[in-house]
Amino acid sequence: MAHKHDIPSLDESFEFSPALRKKLILTALLGVVLVALGALLIHKGWWPLGHGDHHEAAHVEAHADAAHHEGDHHADDHGGGHHGATLASRLVANLWMNSIYFIGIALTGMFFIAYNYVAKAGWQASMKRVAEAFPAFVVVPAVIMLILFIVPSTRHMIFHWTHDGITDPASPNYDAIIAGKTWFLNVPFFMIRMVVYFVVWYFMWMQVRKFSILEDQYGGLDYYYKSRNYSKVFLLFFAVTSSTAAWDLTMSIDTHWFSTMFGWYHLSSWHVAGLSAMMLTIILLKENGYLKAVNMSTIQDLGKLIFGFSIFWTYTWFSQYLLIFYANLPEETIYFEERTSGYGGRYLAPFLINLVLNFVFPFLILMARNSKRNFTLLKLACASILIGHWFDFYQMIMPGVAKDQGGIGLIELGTTLTFASIFIIFVANQLTKANLYAKNHPFLEESTHHDI
Amino acid sequence: MAGKRYLVGIFGDEDIVLGAAESVRKKDVKIQEVYCPYPVHGLDHALGYDRPRMGVPAFFFGLTGTSLAFLLTFWTMGWDWPMNVGGKNFIPFPTNIPIVFELTVLLAAFGMSFTFFLTEGLGPTAKPVIFDERSTDDKFAMAIDLSKNKISDEEITQILKEAGAEEVNVKEV
Repeated sequence: MAHKHDIPSLDESFEFSPALRKKLILTALLGVVLVALGALLIHKGWWPLGHGDHHEAAHVEAHADAAHHEGDHHADDHGGGHHGATLASRLVANLWMNSIYFIGIALTGMFFIAYNYVAKAGWQASMKRVAEAFPAFVVVPAVIMLILFIVPSTRHMIFHWTHDGITDPASPNYDAIIAGKTWFLNVPFFMIRMVVYFVVWYFMWMQVRKFSILEDQYGGLDYYYKSRNYSKVFLLFFAVTSSTAAWDLTMSIDTHWFSTMFGWYHLSSWHVAGLSAMMLTIILLKENGYLKAVNMSTIQDLGKLIFGFSIFWTYTWFSQYLLIFYANLPEETIYFEERTSGYGGRYLAPFLINLVLNFVFPFLILMARNSKRNFTLLKLACASILIGHWFDFYQMIMPGVAKDQGGIGLIELGTTLTFASIFIIFVANQLTKANLYAKNHPFLEESTHHDI
Repeated sequence: MAGKRYLVGIFGDEDIVLGAAESVRKKDVKIQEVYCPYPVHGLDHALGYDRPRMGVPAFFFGLTGTSLAFLLTFWTMGWDWPMNVGGKNFIPFPTNIPIVFELTVLLAAFGMSFTFFLTEGLGPTAKPVIFDERSTDDKFAMAIDLSKNKISDEEITQILKEAGAEEVNVKEV
């Protein structure tokens, strides 16, 4: 119904006001202060860490030891190594989990562009620039993770398998299970993999972004076809690396344990969190008078994607849980033991909150058609999913790294605040760099008339 | 059905029929239905249709499936012939979820298929009413039930022509 809509002007440029920038920088600094304060309070013993030492969780620990063989017992000589988590472990775990959480949200921007190019999807062309702005942030978590891995002491805090002598049969640290995995889990190969992931992901985005901006200038279909080709390659690469990155960055923390569902589970968590962040960005931009050409049908379609992928996440989560629950093998159930009753049950709350915020709540809110067209309800659902997936990564990473030192307090709040503010600064900066619509995108016209 | 008279306006373009649906309705002519070779965006809106309440029966069919599945799994595994699988409880909740999910989807799908047949009057004995065969090819046919309109035939024909109809035929079914 081409003649029915009034199409707003397609020339819009985002203005990143200095006041907002200042606020964001202050929030980032506030986060750092909160982390310092939280660390100080715990260090002085003024902040309750909760119970959950070895006495109360004795039966779980027994399980853990059975599964962890000799490795854990002899790790004490590594100064705050794997067995005994310290306050430092908790800080490092926070940096690591927020890096993974935010790199996922940032990458979803590229993933979204790529699958829409390959599918020749027209509906999203009007909101494409928002997705395009996200991956700029990939640099920050990438650098943080590389540093955390290069420095031996932090590497040891996160990854049990990097300890000295763990693969040497003569060493007291010897761990037969980990030794069997060294062909994949060894420091040089891991390092190479990390660098390849980050560099290729970022490079592919830079190319597609460059084409998109050139398209604004020169028009024509050449850039569209080029972007499609890059998108195809990216999807192929991401299909493999989203899984391997999940094994490397997250699953290898619990080195003895593995799950064949993990790659999917991790990717679906990244994806739905990224889509929710996109939706929130679009709504905030619209409420501030931008993106007028993104119509309610586009919003509803994005809402459907969020609804669908929040169910998909639940499906992968449950598939992983059900198989382990049913098979009841100690070396597998230990993963859920640690999360439900381990370390004094300190991870039970995040474990359950995870399911409520990521499935029950968005499922009930987003089911109706009208709620996918209502900004208040959408914001509520997206915020729930974003917070929920923060908890998802929290319960994936914390029990393996922070162990009995884990908790949710000022440190967690502060780290997340800092990451989130820097993320927003990066995205807002990218948004100012180009027109808010990809002016000469071949599907932009279709997208502005999108009607369902 | 016998002896009902219809006026059928034939339109050649999607945009024209969209505009016509609105302008004809504005002149108090009740449109029975518009037949198109392909789905036209915004036509249901132009015809003033209410949003279908498909979700309500679907929800209740699904709910029936959920309850039946819980009944089935609880009854068979926990009550009638309690079975011990891997040393777990007799009614381990997570293992029921796949069955509950499948039966919910199955009953919702079957229920909605039958609802569709019922509401659309489809079935082995149903006779299709085709107002104009070209509506399966490249024309848009707007059918107007004359018994439901108080305006005279000539006036409606005039209104349809003004709205852009290429021809207006009388059809008796």
